[in-house]
This record gives sequence, structure tokens and C-alpha cells, in this order.
Amino acid sequence: MYNGGKIILGLAVFAGLVTFPFLYNIGQADRQPDLKLDTPVIRQMAVKHCVEPKAFMRAEHMQLLNDWRNEALRQGNREYVSSTGEKYNISLQNTCLHCHSNKKKFCDECHNYMAVHPYCFDCHLQPKENVQ
Amino acid sequence: MRALLPFITVIVLVLLAIVGVEAANLQFLFGVVIPYAAAAIFLAGVIYKVVSWGRVPVPFRIPTTCGQQKTLPWIKQSRIENPTTSAGVITRMLLEVFLFRSLFRNLKTELREGPQLSYGSDKWLWLAGLSFHWTFLLILIRHLRFFTQNVPIPVQMLEHLDSFLQIGLPLLYITDVIFLAAVTFLLIRRFTIPQVKYISLAADYFPLFLILGIGVSGVLMRYFIKTDVVGVKELTMSLVSFSPAIPKDGPGTIFYVHLFLISALFAYFPFSKLVHMGGVFLSPTRNLANNSRMVRHVNPWNYPVKVHTYEEYENDFREKMKTAGIPVEKE
Ligand code: HEC
Ligand code: HEC
Ligand code: HEC
Ligand code: HEM
Repeated sequence: MYNGGKIILGLAVFAGLVTFPFLYNIGQADRQPDLKLDTPVIRQMAVKHCVEPKAFMRAEHMQLLNDWRNEALRQGNREYVSSTGEKYNISLQNTCLHCHSNKKKFCDECHNYMAVHPYCFDCHLQPKENVQ
Repeated sequence: MRALLPFITVIVLVLLAIVGVEAANLQFLFGVVIPYAAAAIFLAGVIYKVVSWGRVPVPFRIPTTCGQQKTLPWIKQSRIENPTTSAGVITRMLLEVFLFRSLFRNLKTELREGPQLSYGSDKWLWLAGLSFHWTFLLILIRHLRFFTQNVPIPVQMLEHLDSFLQIGLPLLYITDVIFLAAVTFLLIRRFTIPQVKYISLAADYFPLFLILGIGVSGVLMRYFIKTDVVGVKELTMSLVSFSPAIPKDGPGTIFYVHLFLISALFAYFPFSKLVHMGGVFLSPTRNLANNSRMVRHVNPWNYPVKVHTYEEYENDFREKMKTAGIPVEKE
């Protein structure tokens, strides 16, 4: 090979970048989100269910919150009728976080795993949690 | 026709992923086997290509540059355009790779009335090309959040910066908008400019359609047809830790479409024009200093040539030359 030294150096950098995801995680513990549902409100529910079915909530809760926000603040409609016909008060703090009052052990578990930081709580209040 | 076939190919790839996952339940094939294979082909293929280029000798400097070369001391040298030093070459290469400097000189040529050939500035290709490559890179870096357990701080900072407009939920990424707009521009350009259309081959359209397909499926997945992103990360983390497993109620079909198109892109990469990613570093007009007049470059494939000098020739024929009256150098 001509100019072998420089080319091999370049290829080593390339291989390092491509395999970065494989190398970076070596020795880091696998930490999957561990969601806790044992809040006072949820404990009292006979059938434990969310506003919408679980699969929908997992994928679409951000969209739902966006729709809620628009409904409440732009349309002035603070009542949400779910797909199963139940009525909910549209509110981040008083509905979602009323049931999920363990935000750190629920919302944040997923969000830290995915490195998303919803900016909602710059303004909205978070539930007071006993830090164990 | 040359655009239709690549378009149909990409549609077929999408359908393959949909049918494979929905009807045949081949999640493991599309989620594990094909991505691993594509990554291996990509890595080995690019290295193979670069090494095979490295084996080709470059017999002389190719100073097809467009700046004043180093000459008499009172004439100003264009140090970056026509470098004589390694520092100059490195600067030229970095500017080429990060800013597409030579594309900035792109001109449009028109035959006006007269007939008169006229040239005009045309920066749109440069702008769209640069936007496309940069947003592609930034999106790829942002995707590291799927591949790292503790997402590196720079990746998180990039994510915040990219979504700082705070439009909608999940937040709109600025790079997504620019990416799709730029790829669309590059595609439309091939359809509408007659000269460019004339020289466009299936191998030019296919990567564009494929990349557009990847962008569209990604944008659909984030903003429209949502899927369980935590499930995606469980899958990707299992891939990078070499313990592949499809999560129980894993991500939806749209994710497998996205992933299959990416696998196709990565496997296709080393055998297509896309290897210009490695090629740009090996292009002789960019990586050679123009020092032909300072350094002797010996052609590497020169073999020892048997030479017969004039002196030897005269020694052989001196007597005959003298008799014929031809002047000789040595008596
Ligand atoms: C009435 C109480 C209640 C309210 C109000 C409520 N949730 Fe839930 N939520 C639950 C329960 C119970 C579950 C577990 C459902 C299951 O396991 O089937 C759940 C599940 C979820 C999940 C899926 C978790 C998983 O295990 O995958 C998400 C995400 C979620 N909720 C978000 C929200 C958001 C966002 C809101 C506000 C829009 C909200 N919840 C409002 C009770 C509630
Ligand atoms: C700049 C501060 C601010 C930020 C950031 C913010 N909100 Fe709000 N939000 C408000 C205010 C003020 C109201 C009006 C409260 C009212 O009228 O009841 C409101 C109301 C709402 C409501 C309806 C009423 C209620 O009680 O919840 C929803 C839903 C909501 N916000 C969701 C969100 C979500 C989701 C986010 C994050 C993506 C968010 N907000 C970020 C200030 C903010
Ligand atoms: C099953 C895991 C999970 C749970 C539980 C969960 N989230 Fe999320 N959430 C996510 C993921 C993943 C995203 C990012 C989606 C993406 O990037 O496409 C997200 C994004 C969001 C966003 C949009 C933020 C942004 O910057 O785009 C908001 C707002 C949000 N979640 C609110 C909540 C609230 C409030 C709760 C608790 C009631 C909650 N989430 C519980 C997984 C979860
Ligand atoms: C060629 C490289 C790739 C390109 C150009 C690309 C492009 C995109 C784009 C434009 C989006 C829209 C949202 C965003 O910008 O984050 C997206 C989303 C997404 N991509 Fe990719 N992608 C690539 C590789 C991958 C790979 C390798 C994976 C995982 C195996 C992946 C998984 C995802 C997922 C899960 C989303 C949805 C993200 C969300 O909902 O927040 N992508 N992609």
C-alpha cells in the first residue's frame, strides 16, 4: 500500500467511530426502566387502568398531553372523554400526576433511560415525594 | 425509467419489511440478523475499498488546482488552494470535508442568444448538499441515545439545541425539517434540470430515494405513527451488547421499516457512489501538495531501464563515424 501509515490511521479512526456504540457500553450495567405503580390512588383502583390503554399510553402519551394542553388552553375545554367513555379532568398536575404521584419512580424512570427531559416541570408543580 | 426502477425498489424494500414483520413474524430476521449483517458489510466493505484504492500508485502530483502556485517571491501564493506544505493540504482537506469548498465554485452554464455561452453563480447545490450532509450527521449523532446506556452529555446537548424551538410534543427537531427539505431539493434537481437529468443514472436515484425513505419513516415514527420508543432502545441496547433479544411487545412495524431501509443503505454503501465518504480523503487533487518543483517524485512502478548513453554509442562507432566525416566528441 502507498502512504500505508496515513491510510491505516484513517481506517482505524473510521473503525473506532463505527464500533463506538459497541465499545462505549462495555462494563456499563444494563439498567432498564423499572416502573412503579404503587401510589395511593392507583392502589385503591379496582381495575388498574390508565386514561387510555397501556400500549397507547406508552407510545402516545406525549401526543395526548399536547392535545390536552391545546384543548384546555386554546379551546377552553377541560374535560376529556377517553376511548372507553370515561370522563377525566384535563390536567397534567391534577390528573396524570394525581394517579402517578410517584413521578421519580414512574415518568422519570423512562425519561432518564431515554435521555428525554420534558420541560413541562419548569412551570408545572411536581408531586412532593418522599425520597427513600 | 431510470428513476422509476429505483423508486419501485425502495417501495419493495418497504413492503418486504411490512410483510416480513406483520405476516411472517420475522422480527428476529429484520431486527437482529439483517442489521448485524449490514453493519459488518459496511465496516468490512469500506475498509476493503479504501485499502484497494491505497494500493494504486500515484505516479506524480496532480496539481489541478485553481490558485496561484508557489513561484517567485513577489508573486502571492494561494496557500490553501495550491499548497506546497502538509499544513496547507490538511487545511484544504478539512475545508473540503466540512464546508464543501470546491462545490462552492459550482457554476451554472447557459447558452444565451447570440449564441453566447454565459456562466453564473449557483450556490443552491452547495447549500442543499451541505445542509443535507450536516443534518444527516447530526441526526446520526442524536441517534446515539438509542445506543448508549448513559447518553453522553454532548449528545444530550445536541438534542436540546436541536429541539429548542419547543414546537409540539414530542418536540420538533430542526434538523428533521432541514434534512427532508434538502433531500427533496437534491431529488427535484435531478428531475428538473435537463443536463443533470440526462446524466442521472439509477445509481444516482436509488440512494436518494432510499435516504428519503429513511427520513420519512423516521419522521413518521417520531411525530405521526408512534411506536414504543423504550422498546426500541431495549432492542438496540441488546444489539450493541451482543445479547440480541426482541422485546416482548416490541416496537411496531414502522420501526422495522426504518431499520430495514437503513440496513439496505449500509450494506449498499461500500459498493456505490456513497463511498465517496472515504474516497474524498484519497482524491489526488485534494490530498497532494503541489511540490513537483521542489521534491523529486519517482514513479513507483518504474523498473530498472537498461540505458545506452551517447558516450557508449560513440565508443562503439567512433571509427566508422570518423570515416564518414561525422564530428565526434572524443578523439
Ligand atoms: C386513573 C389513574 C391514572 C391516570 C389519571 C393516569 N394514569 Fe397512567 N397509568 C395508570 C395505571 C393504573 C397504569 C398501568 C396500566 C396497566 O398496567 O395496564 C398506567 C400506565 C401508564 C403508562 C404506561 C406505563 C407502562 O407500564 O408502560 C403511561 C406512559 C402513563 N400511564 C402515563 C400517563 C399520563 C401521561 C397521564 C396523564 C395524561 C396518565 N398516565 C394518567 C393510572 C393512571
Ligand atoms: C412556561 C410555563 C409552562 C410550561 C413550560 C408548560 N406549561 Fe402547561 N401550563 C402553563 C400554564 C400557565 C397553564 C394554565 C393553567 C390553567 O389555566 O389551569 C398550563 C396548563 C397546562 C395544561 C392544562 C391545565 C392543567 O391543569 O394542566 C396542560 C395539560 C399542560 N399545561 C401541559 C403541559 C405540558 C405537557 C408541558 C410540557 C411539554 C407544559 N404544560 C409546559 C404553563 C406552562
Ligand atoms: C414507558 C415509559 C414512559 C413513561 C412511564 C412515561 N414516559 Fe414520557 N416519554 C417516554 C419517551 C420514550 C419519550 C420520548 C419520545 C420520543 O423521543 O419520541 C417521552 C416523552 C415525553 C414528553 C415529551 C418530551 C419531549 O421533550 O419530547 C412528555 C411531556 C412526557 N413524556 C410526559 C410524561 C409524563 C408526565 C409521564 C408520567 C405521568 C410520562 N411521560 C411517563 C416514555 C415514558
Ligand atoms: C442512516 C442513518 C439514519 C437516519 C438518516 C435516520 C433518520 C431518522 C430521522 C430523520 C428520524 C426522525 C426523528 C429524529 O430525527 O430523531 C428518525 C427517527 C428514529 N430513528 Fe432513525 N435514522 C437512522 C438510523 C437509525 C437506526 C440505526 C435506528 C435504530 C436501530 C433508528 C431508529 C429510529 C427511531 C426509533 C426513531 C424514532 C425516534 C423518536 O420517536 O424519538 N434510526 N430517524
